[in-house]
Amino acid sequence: MKTATTATTTGPGARPAPRAGKPATRRGRGRNGPRRGRGWVTAILFVLPALVLFTLLVLAPILVAGYTSLFKWNGIGPPDDFVGLDNFTRLFQSDIFAGDLRNGAILIVLGLAVQLPLSLGLAVMLNQRIRGRAFYRLLFFAPYMLSEAITGVLFSLILSPEAGLANQLLVSWGLEPWSWLSEPDTVMFSLFLVITWKYFGFHMIIYLAGLQGIPRELSEAARIDGAGSWAVFRHVTLPLLGPTVRVSAFLSIIGTIQLFDLVWILTGGGPSHASETMAVSMFEYGFKRSQIGYSSAISVVMFLISLVFALGYQRFVLRRDLEGASTTMGDRR
Amino acid sequence: MLSRRGVVALAASALLLGACGTSGDGEGAQPGASTGSEKVTFEFWNLATAEPLKGFWANLIKEYQTAHPNVTIKNIAIENDSYKPKLATLTQSGKAPDLYSTWGGGVLKQHIEAGLVKDLSSDAGDVIGALTPAALSAYQFDGKTYGLPTDIGMVGFWYNKALFEKAGITAPPATWTEYLDAVKKLKADGTVPIALAGKAKWPGHYYWAYLAMRVAGLDALKQAGTTNDFTGPDFVAAGQRLKELVDLQPFQKGFQGADYSTPDGQAATMGNGKAAMELMGQWAPSVQADAGKGLGDDLGFFTFPAVEGGKGAAGDAFGGGGGLALGVDAPPAALDFLKFALRPENHSKAVKAGAVLPVLKAGEEAAVTDPHIKTVSETLSAASGFQLYLDQEYPPAVGQEVNDVVAELIGGTKTPEEVVQAITETAKSESE
Repeated sequence: MKTATTATTTGPGARPAPRAGKPATRRGRGRNGPRRGRGWVTAILFVLPALVLFTLLVLAPILVAGYTSLFKWNGIGPPDDFVGLDNFTRLFQSDIFAGDLRNGAILIVLGLAVQLPLSLGLAVMLNQRIRGRAFYRLLFFAPYMLSEAITGVLFSLILSPEAGLANQLLVSWGLEPWSWLSEPDTVMFSLFLVITWKYFGFHMIIYLAGLQGIPRELSEAARIDGAGSWAVFRHVTLPLLGPTVRVSAFLSIIGTIQLFDLVWILTGGGPSHASETMAVSMFEYGFKRSQIGYSSAISVVMFLISLVFALGYQRFVLRRDLEGASTTMGDRR
Repeated sequence: MLSRRGVVALAASALLLGACGTSGDGEGAQPGASTGSEKVTFEFWNLATAEPLKGFWANLIKEYQTAHPNVTIKNIAIENDSYKPKLATLTQSGKAPDLYSTWGGGVLKQHIEAGLVKDLSSDAGDVIGALTPAALSAYQFDGKTYGLPTDIGMVGFWYNKALFEKAGITAPPATWTEYLDAVKKLKADGTVPIALAGKAKWPGHYYWAYLAMRVAGLDALKQAGTTNDFTGPDFVAAGQRLKELVDLQPFQKGFQGADYSTPDGQAATMGNGKAAMELMGQWAPSVQADAGKGLGDDLGFFTFPAVEGGKGAAGDAFGGGGGLALGVDAPPAALDFLKFALRPENHSKAVKAGAVLPVLKAGEEAAVTDPHIKTVSETLSAASGFQLYLDQEYPPAVGQEVNDVVAELIGGTKTPEEVVQAITETAKSESE
């Protein structure tokens, strides 16, 4: 027990660990040298199935969507009415699409400002020795295990105006029933409530995992130096949790950009497009209006936004974390 | 994490185009199908997921297969809301099911233009003559018939007689002014006048469509459908009439988030006596009883009121039904089965079960036992003109735009002028 913890103490603290691994790596490479050719064949054989699936199910659809986004096409028969970038100009002039972007931004900001801190707080609490800790962890993680469709149906019943549980409770407490999903001004907050219910447990588990990688000795040392609980959290726990927080924020943002199922089932994007997201617009135009070309354009823009964001985030935000993780690559240089 | 499936669904279905487009043709063609003992199998896509229609079709298929042992019918029943995307995915691959449910109108027209649908004009000539023109009209284009109706109905106001009486309304309103008065009386009495499924959007479009029929007239509406110009003052006026109604705040609390047949939806609100009326099709009584308690003898029906000074006849009906079309490669047995279903003795079974309204010219009215269905059936056969649901009549993009912008008019985010402009814009760009 004691030796194990000292080993991890030096791990994230400084760089000596990778240096110690260096000779081992070199020896390994030397031994593998002559068998390199056969190794490649084996590697390709192992990668091939995944590569074929990836090409077929990810790469090809992206390319096809990019192609069809240049056509005015109702999805029946081959696309033959080439319109260039018309679908995109129409998209950028559309109030509905501007609303989609705004709604996405609202959810991202709320997610980062409310949902993630909430998850972090719970994770910190559940990282302490309290009674029934495992039970609470399981309980809070449970919503994440439900599918989005089930969550959507569940909450459309709970938030239903008359018979719904939420309003029944409000009435029994002597309060006015609330229009959860039918007021354009507040529907986004109801939606955010459901999203938070569904995903806070997921982020909590990520944070818990991160917290457990932080050695207790560090906070003990800080306490001996006279730091209070908040100071320990602020100056020891949070900085060491940095990589975890950055990954969780990344997942939260990417997930929000692609949000579909919950919105579709709860509000259908309404009332009057007040809760519509990009993915909902895409489905609406593609499958209900048969404007496959235009909805392909929406999917292309969505893809580009995700791609630019993901690359930018990796380049600027995750850079330090990735460097730490790929020290062996650095050695090969 | 958040369903990637949803995100790439479109792209994936586009991929299917490549996968199925080539292999589909050979598979679908079954030359010399029902020439006797040869084995024939065909798919029958339908919407009959609930009784009594579910049992009706199951029995009919059993009977037909007993009489024709070489024919196997694959009965594929799909729930209404997932039917459209499912069918869309298949048609994108350049195929249509052998025998499939359709509402006719704009969607069917797109299938016809893509060459997916069989022309039944001559092959079904013997049956076509026996069907009512109103029922057939949704499936006929340029004088050719591409589908046969199995049901027809119309939209009208279903009202709660007890609540009307309580509010002191003696007779159902016959004009728009009387109607608005009735709404005011109901409101003053503390009753919710109208149940509406704002989330579903299509129930809202009934109001605008009926008002357009009453104000501008049936011919003007048909004209606008071909010229793609809805900007005429009469269509704006139709929106203004609707605005008058909306300004009275006649709908139940939270209607913008309400669906149609869900536990707190339009039908349940009506069926539980929490609203005095709804504008809905012939299926309304059964859904009210299914989603709510049902009103029994308190339920009444009146047609959409006339609008003072309007050009449309008060007897014009708005509605639609359901029919079946054949994929272009369907075996002859599929058409034979469709004709079998439309034989008077079989069709009247469905009518008797209260599931559909008669589509045949003679005889079936007597089979209508349900008093509500009887009212609708009689009103419909006396109708002076007929208009198919606008979201079925027009191409899907235009139909959905109508639903969408009328929902925004009701929600207060669009003006009557913006409504007609948006519809015109979409209609024009679709026809280019």
